[in-house]
Amino acid sequence: MIEIDRISRAFGGLQAVQAVSFTVAEGSITGLIGPNGAGKTTLFNMIAGNLAPDQGRVRLQGEDITDLAPHERFHKGLVRTFQIPHEFSRMTVRENLMIVPAQQSGEYLLRSWLTWWRVVREDRAILEQADEVLDFLEIGHLRDELAGNLSGGQKKLLDLGRTMMTDAKAVLLDEPGAGVNRTLLGKLAEAIERLHQERGYTFCVIEHDMDLIARLCDPVMVMANGALIASGDMASLRDNAEVREAYLGTGVSGQAGGQSNGTA
Amino acid sequence: MEIAGLIAYAIFLLNLVGIYAIMVLGLNMQWGMTGQFNIGVAGFFAVGAYTTAILTTEPAANWLGGFELPFLLGLVGAVVVCWPIAWVVGRITAGLRTDYLAIATIGIAEIIRLFFLNEGWLSNGTRGIPGIDKPFGVGNLGYLLIVLGFVALTYTLVEIARRSPWGRVLRAIRDNEAATAASGKNVAQFRLQAFVVGACIMALGGGLYAHFVGFISPEAFRPLYGTFLVWVMLIAGGSGNNKGAVLGALVVWLIWSSTEMLAGLVPTALIGSESAFRVFLIGVLLQIILVSRPQGLLPETRPPMPGEGKR
Repeated sequence: MIEIDRISRAFGGLQAVQAVSFTVAEGSITGLIGPNGAGKTTLFNMIAGNLAPDQGRVRLQGEDITDLAPHERFHKGLVRTFQIPHEFSRMTVRENLMIVPAQQSGEYLLRSWLTWWRVVREDRAILEQADEVLDFLEIGHLRDELAGNLSGGQKKLLDLGRTMMTDAKAVLLDEPGAGVNRTLLGKLAEAIERLHQERGYTFCVIEHDMDLIARLCDPVMVMANGALIASGDMASLRDNAEVREAYLGTGVSGQAGGQSNGTA
Repeated sequence: MEIAGLIAYAIFLLNLVGIYAIMVLGLNMQWGMTGQFNIGVAGFFAVGAYTTAILTTEPAANWLGGFELPFLLGLVGAVVVCWPIAWVVGRITAGLRTDYLAIATIGIAEIIRLFFLNEGWLSNGTRGIPGIDKPFGVGNLGYLLIVLGFVALTYTLVEIARRSPWGRVLRAIRDNEAATAASGKNVAQFRLQAFVVGACIMALGGGLYAHFVGFISPEAFRPLYGTFLVWVMLIAGGSGNNKGAVLGALVVWLIWSSTEMLAGLVPTALIGSESAFRVFLIGVLLQIILVSRPQGLLPETRPPMPGEGKR
């Protein structure tokens, strides 16, 4: 689905991502883990088009998308969420979702002026779709609340909801579980699983919560210092000495185990 | 006689209020809805006024035109000429945010004013263009009805735009540009559209202004009258709220006119110049509003959901 081909990016003297290649297989939930500063979000920014790579190519379903702007990649079915939720804080929860569908005729000012009745009819259908998504995520009671007033976890759910307002093929989730309490986290994982099964979304997930990764992801990629150091299922990575070293530093004996629970 | 004079003055005043209300609505599309800090209102105001003047006056020996076109064609011309100018300005400044956009636009507005000042073949320079008649032989009262008609038309169009999905994207851009792009919207294109449409509305106001005062010269398009007052009106009325934009034009123009009287009461020795004292008073007013009612007289409201509350 997504192929990353020897992609690199430096910030001044810091080589944030160095010649990383991997593939997110169609229909998978691929995890991306690694200590802070490993280059995970930089990699995501390059896949989503928010940041241009110095070298390397990104392909979506075989098509080279390296030179496309973020909104063009969105129309190809590549959707992302952000580590820090990027909600429209002065707009309502419903409006946050209604903004997403592509090709709304009301986005053309002339059509909004000349055929406003048709635009209103179309917008009503989009509103119904938004309400369905909110019910799915069980935050329907918040629909007229300003998005800026939501809790951190609710904003994460809203971010996920935005990906449901479009015909996404591949969804990039940047730390969906960060700052989310346990109850809400279960709901979030459930929503991701249902989207994966019912809608056939392919996911690529950055996450520090190893329980969530273990529950959702296979395979899991591990990054450290801008490079990919290992990949496989969670069980095999737990026994991988290099992965443990990356997370816990050198000089730690094998007895410490690969568990690195909680959010970092 | 006293009453008749007062009514005549009120009609004169309301004409200007209406013309300014149209420009404030244009600025509301740029600043209130999209968050574009355009302080070059005067430039587009001037383009509209000069275009209308050249298109509708009698043929003149010393400057371009006039072409004696009908009133409505003159206004259409104002919008049509402003469109490409605003498009170019918008394209150049497309990547600039808030304060940088402000610096760029105030510079461009001054360039436009100096252009009209120096290109005598086009605009008759400092001497200005006289003889811009009111249409259909109407007086101030008749013209007031025409102006109010245009205020109603502009208000309706801008309000429909605000409630439309187009306006929703603009508010999203104002809130969070990165997330708007991540939602598949071409942010640069929407910003440019809002800038151009807002500027064309200002040009329409300029055209109506030219017919009302009958004579225009570069002096009328200094930043104080052309830009600063429009901004005070929008902020006082409530940016983001179209009703507030119109109310702001009324309230600020009334206060602005009364400062003339106020300044007349204070001994000149104390304030130096009357006109400078008026600017000072309006500055104080702006401070009072910003401190006591930062969101303006009518704060922004949430547009109704489709099917909810008819217009």
